[in-house]
Amino acid sequence: MRAAEPVAATLVKDGAAKDGARIEAGNDPGLADGGWRIAAAGRWTLESATAASDALDRAPKPPGGAAVRLDLARVEALDTVGAYLLNRSAERLGAEGHAVSVVGLRPEHSALFDAVRDAGKAPPHPIEREHHPVLDMVVRTGQTTVSAAKEILDLVGFLGLVTVTFARLILRPSRLRLTSVLFHIEQTGLNALPILGLLSFLIGVVLAFQGADQLKRFGAELYVVNLLGISVLREIGILMTAIIVAGRSGSAFTAQIGTMKVNQEVDAIGTMGLDPVELLVVPRALALMITLPLLAFYADVMGLFGGAVMAYATLDITFGQFIRQLHSAVGINTVIAGLIKAPVFALVIAMVGCYEGLKVSGSAESVGIMTTKAVVEGIFLVIVIDAVFSVLFSMLGV
Amino acid sequence: MTAAPVIRVRGLVTRFGPQTVHDGLDLDVERGEVLGVVGGSGTGKSVLLKEILGLIDPAAGRIELLGHDTADLDRAERTALQARTGVLFQNGALFSSMTVAENVMLPLKEHTGLSPALIAEVARVKIAMAGLPPDAGTKHPAQLSGGMIKRAGLARALALDPDILFLDEPTAGLDPIGAAAFDTLIQGLQRSLGLTVFMVTHDLDSLTSICDRIAVLVDKKIRVGTLAQHLADPHPWIHDYFHGPRGRAALDAKERNQARRHEEEDAKRLAKG
Repeated sequence: MRAAEPVAATLVKDGAAKDGARIEAGNDPGLADGGWRIAAAGRWTLESATAASDALDRAPKPPGGAAVRLDLARVEALDTVGAYLLNRSAERLGAEGHAVSVVGLRPEHSALFDAVRDAGKAPPHPIEREHHPVLDMVVRTGQTTVSAAKEILDLVGFLGLVTVTFARLILRPSRLRLTSVLFHIEQTGLNALPILGLLSFLIGVVLAFQGADQLKRFGAELYVVNLLGISVLREIGILMTAIIVAGRSGSAFTAQIGTMKVNQEVDAIGTMGLDPVELLVVPRALALMITLPLLAFYADVMGLFGGAVMAYATLDITFGQFIRQLHSAVGINTVIAGLIKAPVFALVIAMVGCYEGLKVSGSAESVGIMTTKAVVEGIFLVIVIDAVFSVLFSMLGV
Repeated sequence: MTAAPVIRVRGLVTRFGPQTVHDGLDLDVERGEVLGVVGGSGTGKSVLLKEILGLIDPAAGRIELLGHDTADLDRAERTALQARTGVLFQNGALFSSMTVAENVMLPLKEHTGLSPALIAEVARVKIAMAGLPPDAGTKHPAQLSGGMIKRAGLARALALDPDILFLDEPTAGLDPIGAAAFDTLIQGLQRSLGLTVFMVTHDLDSLTSICDRIAVLVDKKIRVGTLAQHLADPHPWIHDYFHGPRGRAALDAKERNQARRHEEEDAKRLAKG
């Protein structure tokens, strides 16, 4: 039998909240064998939870092995957090070898207290495996490589699928959705004219200005027309067009088809005996293959126009001179070398856009991820293929 | 405890273009009751819910939440009031980029100054109280079934120990067993947490088993009453609703349940005696 300590009542009061949670702990005069009493008072709610948690931590600890009575008679308000804190401290004391009894629980609080006690018994979340930074990097590199390779393979497979569907449609042209094709021509072509025209014009202006600055030193101002003609017609016009279309229409394709996928519209198409590729992909691909060469030609014209305006403004080259010099500098081959890439770029952009759209799964979040991916992949592939074309042309001597 | 209603709606008018959805609607929701709100499609059940929550402004009328007129509140007061209401949206509306535990922790992080460790523990308790297994906390919403998403949504709605819980078709899309379990869960939580529940539902079993009163949206107004009062209501829509084949089936099920409970109690009493 331990020597009975003097009854030490400690009051820890929350300074901030006036009637916050309070704890009194001390020897229990009600228990004969020197039991310990912890009395909670005040409001045990979310607002005073930090103070309550501190109060419980700072309360004097019962002597080893003593029976503990947790007295809740003066708890004025109790919510889940308060009930959890009281339960937690009862459990901790129990784990330290004290026999804990809860007394004085008000009837209106007992249901909540019991519900929280039962919920608190659930084991905590399983602890996740520790991560090793270097190992993780290796794993991620491997995963990314494999998924990129798989993606390329799938994209080639998808290209094959679309080609077969195209071929089937050529044999049975009545199945082609003409309305859908025209709608997408309007969306991807006509509606892109203002932004594409403005950007191409500005690029022409910039190119002419930079070229003029350099060529003036040699007194070869007129050759700015050659510079403009070759660069705009062969590369800049088509590349600008493809990049803008990939950002504008490739992303739109992914978002449209992806949203349909989330709404199960694509599944519905499948169950009606219709082919999603025929219905969704082919009209978009066809529309883009028609509009992209036209847009590229338009971008060429606007780029040259911008250059001509700048040449007139800074070098006093008249439009007449500009046209004559352009005529002698570039032939029809240069124009064709640029425009021939357009249908290929169109196919790539449409393929990537539709493919990523069909790969959307589950949530709306997935639509966003796939749309970003479609734009990045589309632009990446356009530039890669442009480089391939350059090598090809130089080998062919075009 | 005040005797004033927790939600008081007066003279509510809602218009979408030329179409009037609510015309002079009055509604009182008392503290601690479970109110089921029913009505045909397009009668504005979800719109009413959104107006009470302040997501849509009504054309006219007053809405008081916990004694505060929602139109007069400044930003801080509105936020404080929102912390006292919890909402379970029809499809859970869990943030798909976060785990279930992070979803539940978000309101606690934003509205309380609790330590991160305590927040995590409280979130764990809420998830368990919503009847989810412990490993659900680390999962993303996309990995959960429909019933688990509802439970996770409920855990998030209860994160701040709200006074009022709004439920938008809580049992829609659940199988009958899952729906019954969800009803029991809501009833248990409502009792232990002392919640006031405003529940938009189409589920006749929920209405008969857990709702104290039922509000029926008809003729652009609302009629509130107990199940017995609605059963006696001659209004054609209300009559068809409660006396149709589904209504009858739900009522029969309720009677059977009650009868069984009485039998069990009798049996217990006999065994004791």
